[in-house]
Amino acid sequence: MSTAATSHAAAPAPPARDPARKPTPLAQALNRALRDAMAEDPSVHVLGEDVGALGGVFRVTDGLTAEFGEDRCTDTPLAEAGILGAAVGMAMYGLRPVVEMQFDAFAYPAFEQLVSHVARMRNRTRGALPMPLTIRVPYGGGIGGVEHHSDSSEAYYIATPGLHVLTPATVADAYGLLRQAIASDDPVVFLEPKRLYWAKDAWDPGAPAAVEPIGRAAVRRAGTSATLITYGPSVPVCLEAAEAARAEGWDLEVVDLRSLVPFDDETVTASVRRTGRAVVVHESGGFGGPGGEIAARVTERCFHHLEAPVLRVAGFDVPYPPPMLERHHLPGVDRVLDAVDRLQWESRWTEGGGR
Amino acid sequence: MTVLAQSGAYRPAPPPAWRPRTDAAPLLPDEEPYRLLGTGAELDPELLTTLYSQLVLGRRYNQQATALTKQGRLAVYPSSTGQEACEVAAALALTERDWLFPSYRDTLAAVARGMDPVEALTLLRGDWHCGYDPRATRVAPLSTPLATQLPHAVGLAHAARLRGDDVVALALVGDGGTSEGDFHEALNFAAVWRAPAVFLVQNNGFAISVPLAKQTAAPTLAHKAVGYGMPGRLVDGNDAPAVHAVLTEAVERARSGGGPTLVEAVTYRVDAHTNADDATRYRQDAEVAAWREHDPITLLETELATRGLLERDGTDLRATARDAAERMAADLRERMHREPALDPMALFDHVYAERTGQLREQAEQLRAELAAQEDADDARPDADDAEGDAR
Repeated sequence: MSTAATSHAAAPAPPARDPARKPTPLAQALNRALRDAMAEDPSVHVLGEDVGALGGVFRVTDGLTAEFGEDRCTDTPLAEAGILGAAVGMAMYGLRPVVEMQFDAFAYPAFEQLVSHVARMRNRTRGALPMPLTIRVPYGGGIGGVEHHSDSSEAYYIATPGLHVLTPATVADAYGLLRQAIASDDPVVFLEPKRLYWAKDAWDPGAPAAVEPIGRAAVRRAGTSATLITYGPSVPVCLEAAEAARAEGWDLEVVDLRSLVPFDDETVTASVRRTGRAVVVHESGGFGGPGGEIAARVTERCFHHLEAPVLRVAGFDVPYPPPMLERHHLPGVDRVLDAVDRLQWESRWTEGGGR
Repeated sequence: MTVLAQSGAYRPAPPPAWRPRTDAAPLLPDEEPYRLLGTGAELDPELLTTLYSQLVLGRRYNQQATALTKQGRLAVYPSSTGQEACEVAAALALTERDWLFPSYRDTLAAVARGMDPVEALTLLRGDWHCGYDPRATRVAPLSTPLATQLPHAVGLAHAARLRGDDVVALALVGDGGTSEGDFHEALNFAAVWRAPAVFLVQNNGFAISVPLAKQTAAPTLAHKAVGYGMPGRLVDGNDAPAVHAVLTEAVERARSGGGPTLVEAVTYRVDAHTNADDATRYRQDAEVAAWREHDPITLLETELATRGLLERDGTDLRATARDAAERMAADLRERMHREPALDPMALFDHVYAERTGQLREQAEQLRAELAAQEDADDARPDADDAEGDAR
């Protein structure tokens, strides 16, 4: 698929004329994805802490136990390694478990199960025991959470071969990507941007819009001056920055990665080759964060097209701040624009620059 | 007269009635490890002879695998010498449809279940991580991170029960493994879900070098069961029929919906942790010698002699068992001395259902490196001969 086609397919949805397309919060689309997956496939089981009567602390599993029973949507003991470890055994027996980790930092007790078993089981057994598991993790900050409620843990997951790591930024992707994750025969760490849970898009739950497959990025805003490469909670920040940048005369392209693993080199590379400049934006800390890998990949593939070094806008390399200070930590529009400003515009015009 | 006793004084409402969720007494283990050998108990002669043959085979298997390590044919071998009764009884307590969840020291249990020893030893030979199909053999991959396979056993047993299948999962763990968080979480989940799972702790006295006293302050490891609301059973791990009886009862209990059981089998790791370990640094020879006196094969052989079961129809059970063991060892030796077929490109085959773009690129890189290596080898026409001479 050409990047142009991707860009068109992913262009912002037209204003809702269809009355079925109502403003729907992202969390509700996730809930619908779980419900539809469970209705379609009896091997899909949801398990986690408070996912039953309460419907999850973010209400993403609301109504599932009522509709499908406690055997299909199960409140487990409060033990993340046990939850994921049990899910491994369930997957070994042919079920398709969807595990909820209540918050990013509460997923760490399950880390050994994830790294030592979930990620390796297919490879260990030469394909005999695939792990069709989905691990949903609410992640990122911006919701005023106290300590341990706002981590961006994606760097740990993408450093682990054998896992797919997805993160939606739109309501359509919340539904579409989660359905794809559950249907995947590979284990998926599904990172849900907490602060987008309540973000709404026009969306029809009766006829969910088709989305790009796992492993494809989407150009959310076409532009010519520079590419903002981002994902999850930083996508709306970058779109806002791109709008603000018009006043400075910059026409920014925004690429929503959607899938950190597999990584869509093709879409990212094509975009940066077109624009000649790139900034990677994420909440995760910069040192050892995904941005370093992305910048390296872009540089390796686009060196002769680049007008400036690939820059990163990231959270600071500090433990996640307390809620009253988090606004200083999270990359916002200004920090993104400051980075764009540093893209060596003085060397803008270059013969054969590939813009 | 106190204030509260005065008429009309404030009296707090009593709290809602409290009662324990379950009666703890029936869950408690016996004070002494359960034993059958030497007790005159009624025992099935067929079972005794089968156990004996398997123990002899198991001991020979341990010796052969240890020898293969010294010959460089295995990367490492954690021997279960001295623990054969636990390994064999675990295998025999299960039906074909049940699942076994072994740790790295439990290849013998898999072999006793009928697995090809070469496949069981793949991890330790190092040509791949798991050499068998777990779904076909109903043996989970050997787990190296201790106790992490226990939650898998619980999840699988739970899934089987949800599907209405008659399947029990038996998970093996050591005394050291009981300190791991996954042990706790697995037992708790199993009890809450009433999963058809059985946990066998082989208390062999040591976690590499650390003795049990530094591992736990519990009265016995079997006592840990009570805290989860499941029965704990204590058994002499070198008394093969006793281990078999306790496990069979636990498996049947799980099968009939009675929930999980924790079994502690008291045994001893006669060999060092692995070939790379030096056990003389942390234990006395006298201790090992004492346990050698309480050897599972000798104990059972004595019982068979007492019952007149060593000779039957003019054949000596000992000779028959020994011959079968030698045949197994010779076959294992011969096959393990063959070079395993290795395909470096297989590194990329099963990471995901489909290779990612990154893995496709890396596979091409390795393919090119292998081709370059082949070209370089071809360019040295004498290379093969020289190598031959060196051997």
